[in-house]
Amino acid sequence: MSRGTRSRPNYLAGAGSMLWLFLVGLPLYVMLAATVRTRSDYAEHGPLSFPESFTLDNYTSAFDSGFGRYFVNTLLVTVCVIGIVLLLVPPLAYAIVRNRSRVTSHVFRLFLLGLAIPAQAVIVPMFYLISEAGLYDNLLGVILPTAAFCLPMSALILSGAMRDISSELFEAMAMDGASPRRMFFQLVLPLSRGGLSTIVVFSALQAWNGFLFPLVLTQSDSTKVVTLGLYNFQTEHGIDIPGLLGAVVLSMVPVLLVYLFARRALVQGLMGVGGK
Amino acid sequence: MTTQITSAPVAVEPRKGARRRPEASSAARVGRPGFLWALPATVFFALFAIAPLIMVAVLSFMSWNGLGSPEFVGLDNWSRLADDPVMLKSVWLTLLLTALGVVIQTPLSILLGVWAAGHQRNRAVLSVVYFIPLLLSATAVSVLWRALLDPNFGIPARATWLFGDGNLFGEQATAIGVLAFVSTWQFTPFHTLIYQGAARAIPQVLYQAAEIDGAGRYRQFFHITLPQLRNSVVTSMILMIVGGLTTFETVLILTQGGPGTDTTISAYYMYQKAFKGFDFGAGAAIALALVIAATIVSLIVVRVSGYDKMRSDMEGVS
Repeated sequence: MSRGTRSRPNYLAGAGSMLWLFLVGLPLYVMLAATVRTRSDYAEHGPLSFPESFTLDNYTSAFDSGFGRYFVNTLLVTVCVIGIVLLLVPPLAYAIVRNRSRVTSHVFRLFLLGLAIPAQAVIVPMFYLISEAGLYDNLLGVILPTAAFCLPMSALILSGAMRDISSELFEAMAMDGASPRRMFFQLVLPLSRGGLSTIVVFSALQAWNGFLFPLVLTQSDSTKVVTLGLYNFQTEHGIDIPGLLGAVVLSMVPVLLVYLFARRALVQGLMGVGGK
Repeated sequence: MTTQITSAPVAVEPRKGARRRPEASSAARVGRPGFLWALPATVFFALFAIAPLIMVAVLSFMSWNGLGSPEFVGLDNWSRLADDPVMLKSVWLTLLLTALGVVIQTPLSILLGVWAAGHQRNRAVLSVVYFIPLLLSATAVSVLWRALLDPNFGIPARATWLFGDGNLFGEQATAIGVLAFVSTWQFTPFHTLIYQGAARAIPQVLYQAAEIDGAGRYRQFFHITLPQLRNSVVTSMILMIVGGLTTFETVLILTQGGPGTDTTISAYYMYQKAFKGFDFGAGAAIALALVIAATIVSLIVVRVSGYDKMRSDMEGVS
């Protein structure tokens, strides 16, 4: 429970956490086991049994139904969203932290307010805007709103990181007559690398997992992203559960890889949400 | 990055972040970035988030079928929705599912978060598995559970002693149960993280003092840990409520609002009205109602909990 009482094991919490591990672990096991067995093996012996056959067909059939294309589209969306976030948020966070005018504090408040706006709230006008702009069924029409909805959280995380830079450093540079521009590139950016990697991971996750914007703003197969591919696979081949779960596993692989490399950045960023 | 935890709480009290900054002395004004630095992001955000939010209010008074231009119809969308039994039912279902989410997830994630904040063996390994649901898209989570709970080939079909006929999606009560369970599965890790961060930040002196006074583990939990987590409880509950009011993928993929309209929650009904029924005005009205509801509930939670006055309560503690 706490460092003060660690000498005595906390059985209740331990049991609870084991139960949670089971609740998370079991479905993941069933999923992985289902994807390496044949459809008939799965149908006959049920999801909880041990696989009697071994096959990779479920993965290849996912690719055959177009997932390769969806991956490329999702990757494109993700990279562009990260690009926009990295272009817009660092200067914004810099201004929030270092410019003490009333206007910037209002701007910061606007972004904090934005944290509470769910995508569902704006999807109808978004459809209107994107259609009017001629971006319907175009990946750019997905990228722009997705990036916009990454901004509030990224601004919060990055300005938190920039606040940790000691003001003596700024004063020393100001003494040397450094311009805001020079401070930004030589001091602020290098010292907020941690925050930058957090917002990259965070935006990547948002973009990769996005569903509502692509669902409503795209239509044709050539602009389909992975999450939509999953949804379609389910409506079309709902009965082929091993194949469906193969597609689910494929959709998770890039995220899990990123997580393994950037766990610290992600967890710290998300913990920052809680406040204290 | 190490003090990430201290950043301002979400959407609750924006002023706090601003207030924490020390006063600018005139000498320190040299070399400060101008407002222009914030301008590109602000314009972009205003265009793609704030403007649509304003437009949703305008569209809710208009009739639009997705083609052509919207036409002003006054309160027509609103009065139609007020008389729509499916709409009223969806409001009730939305509130029910949101309440279920808060009631189930709050105690669970506090316990798990406090547990994870301590020094446990194998914590590194556990936390990788633990937080996997956090990484998955709502789509992947929903598709996964739809497959696992399939009436013919899923787990319930194999464990009929526990699940009856195995068709959990065939009845309102069990369909709602599935939705509540899947949301819990998906979001508990996120709230656990919030509590884990907050529990780590509780000063150890408090526990040491309690130890000297002879307080046991459970008294420490109820008299130190819980009160110290108040801010996080509020933040986490607001996020749960806003998330609950706008649950969408889970319903679309798991139940399609069924059986009948028994799990048609408002956000799903909005999607159906607008993008399936081409009644975008009604969709906008539902969306606006959701935003208003989420804002009001958040404000109530902040008020009732005394979050806005909490700073003074905390004085003398740390």
